[in-house]
Amino acid sequence: MIKVENLTKIYGGKTVLNLADLEIQKGQSFGLVGNNGAGKTTLFSLLLDLIQPTTGSVINNGVEVSSSEEWKPFTSAFIDESFLIGYLTPEEYFYFIGELRGQNKADVEALLANYEDFFHGEILGQKKYLRDLSKGNQKKAGIVASFIGSPEVIILDEPFANLDPTTQIRLKQIIKDLAENKNITVLVSSHDLMHVTEVCERIVVLNKGEIVKDIQTSTETLQELESFFAG
Amino acid sequence: MFKNFIKLEWKAITRSSSFGKQLAVKIFMIFLGIWMLFGAVSMGAGMFFALKKFFPDVDPVQKVSEYLIYWILFELVFRYFMQKLPVMDVKPMLILPVKKDIVTKYILGKSGLSFFNFISLFIFIPFAVVLLFQGYAVVNVIFWFLSIVCIILSLNYINFIINKSDKALFIIAGIALVLYGVHYFNLAPVTENFRIAFYTLYKYPAAFVAPLAVLLGTYGSNFNYLRNRIYLDASIKEKISEVETKDMSWTKRFGAIAPFLRLDLKLIWRNKRTKMQVFMSLLMIFYGLIFYLNDQFSSMSYMMVFCGIFITGIFLMNFGQFIPAWDSEYYSMMMSQNIPLRKYLESKAGLISVSILVMTILSVPYVYFGWQALAINVSCALYNLGVNIPVVLYFGSKNKKRIDLAKSAMGNTQGMSAAQLIVGLPLFCIPMIIYAGLNYLVSLEVALAVLSVLGIIGFLLRKPLLDKITELYRKKKYVMIAGFKEQNN
Repeated sequence: MIKVENLTKIYGGKTVLNLADLEIQKGQSFGLVGNNGAGKTTLFSLLLDLIQPTTGSVINNGVEVSSSEEWKPFTSAFIDESFLIGYLTPEEYFYFIGELRGQNKADVEALLANYEDFFHGEILGQKKYLRDLSKGNQKKAGIVASFIGSPEVIILDEPFANLDPTTQIRLKQIIKDLAENKNITVLVSSHDLMHVTEVCERIVVLNKGEIVKDIQTSTETLQELESFFAG
Repeated sequence: MFKNFIKLEWKAITRSSSFGKQLAVKIFMIFLGIWMLFGAVSMGAGMFFALKKFFPDVDPVQKVSEYLIYWILFELVFRYFMQKLPVMDVKPMLILPVKKDIVTKYILGKSGLSFFNFISLFIFIPFAVVLLFQGYAVVNVIFWFLSIVCIILSLNYINFIINKSDKALFIIAGIALVLYGVHYFNLAPVTENFRIAFYTLYKYPAAFVAPLAVLLGTYGSNFNYLRNRIYLDASIKEKISEVETKDMSWTKRFGAIAPFLRLDLKLIWRNKRTKMQVFMSLLMIFYGLIFYLNDQFSSMSYMMVFCGIFITGIFLMNFGQFIPAWDSEYYSMMMSQNIPLRKYLESKAGLISVSILVMTILSVPYVYFGWQALAINVSCALYNLGVNIPVVLYFGSKNKKRIDLAKSAMGNTQGMSAAQLIVGLPLFCIPMIIYAGLNYLVSLEVALAVLSVLGIIGFLLRKPLLDKITELYRKKKYVMIAGFKEQNN
């Protein structure tokens, strides 16, 4: 589904990302872990064509992201709060995203109904603008908005951060359910090793911009990761 | 303790983002500041002579006393919408060993130095100086001036009370309404009584105690109110009001640009700075009066083109010059979403076109000054519509400064860069040169016809022009995303 070739990003002489070759299969649930500055957000920004690669290219379902915009209809993402429109209510925001993705109000509402548990009564019908919600609630809205319009690639940067324990557990279930669907490729990054090992079939560890580990998740994975990061 | 507060305040000013701006913007702001100051001072100084000229039989101080009540009402309304108590600044002080009395005094004292208080002072100081030079009694003038200062500060504190409590707002509004009713039905000479009351402040220096008492009273009640409410969940909290959502399904008829149009309308109504610009634009319709009432300008009629472009295109300039920075907070989302950039720009162009239409309709009464006035405004509107919209969108592609929508509207120069200063030149100068040249060489009619035709050609070419501009925005995408992410500019 996603193919990365010779991808590098250099800021002021410093290489922040250097990936010779990375391929993510369709339907895979892909986890990205690494310390601060490892290049996780840089990689996701490159996948979304938000920054320009210094060399190399990203190919999303046969489309080179920096030369065509054809990848946009089947790709969605939530990177951070800058993906939200602060002066809209959550509902308005969902409908807006829906409209961009060819979904009418009823379609969006049907989708939202599936996430009532996840919202925990704190998102819909609050009569508040997104900018006035707490960080955790903003994140919930942003994550669910990325599910609108049946995307085939979903990119979530640090989805577990800022969420309360109940919501984290529910989010894990949601991501697992998405991963079951063989049409959806989910890319998740996290600092929490336990969460990623639980929800992802494949885990890639980035360190200083380079891939240092690429593992298929098994029962030993968590221990392997922990010993890597402890060292 | 207060010394520390003052130090903090100084750092807040010198380290604020507006201090670290580009040189060009800084010079422009300083120039603008001096110009405004000069305007206020000359207004204050000129007021005496203007009153003397228009009302030769009445003492100017009497006249000022007569109009003072209107000024007070205006200032109250103005402050009510614009001025907020700076409570948020004390949040970090709450858990530090600082007495709450002192914190309260600090907030209230600081508000006394607010920009709003100085506007009026810059009018009244020169007025008082002129009075002294005109041989008015020194003691009377000084105490009258002090009374005015007390009134200004009282307004400052009354505003905070009515801002905090709806009850106070209703009481004040009720009093104003009753007084207006009494005046309207001629039950009592209301304005006359106010004139006498305010003139007394001049006539008897001892009367100064009355405004002083009002000031102390309003300060005291503010102090008591605030002192007991310095808690995170009471005073020191930003108000979150319930949101009313509107369906706006009427926008559907605009087809593919409807979602963006709806977003833009919400953008404008739900953010202070943009809302302010709409009000300012509507007010600017009166700007033309300066030109049309001034005999000096009738001979240099190319200034009327300036005026016409300005009146009909004020929103085009105010709003348009910051496209797409208005969307900077979520620009990376817009760029990764399934958004046709073309539709996004079309929506902006459509919105500006509507504003030009509205301003043109509002400017129709200028026909009072002759058919030429109407003709100039209409052809300027056409020129704005066809030529200046693409021009302003083109310059928008050079924007890469973030605008935080939640920040206040007053004197907010966020998003300003050299591009904004340059964009004014083509918007105004080109039509003025075309007009002045043709008017001089041929005739007024031909000059206006050329402006209109240029506008219509531009309008017909809008599609290919927008295509080109869209391409430009696409190229600048990465620079814009990176620039809009930078918080401090």
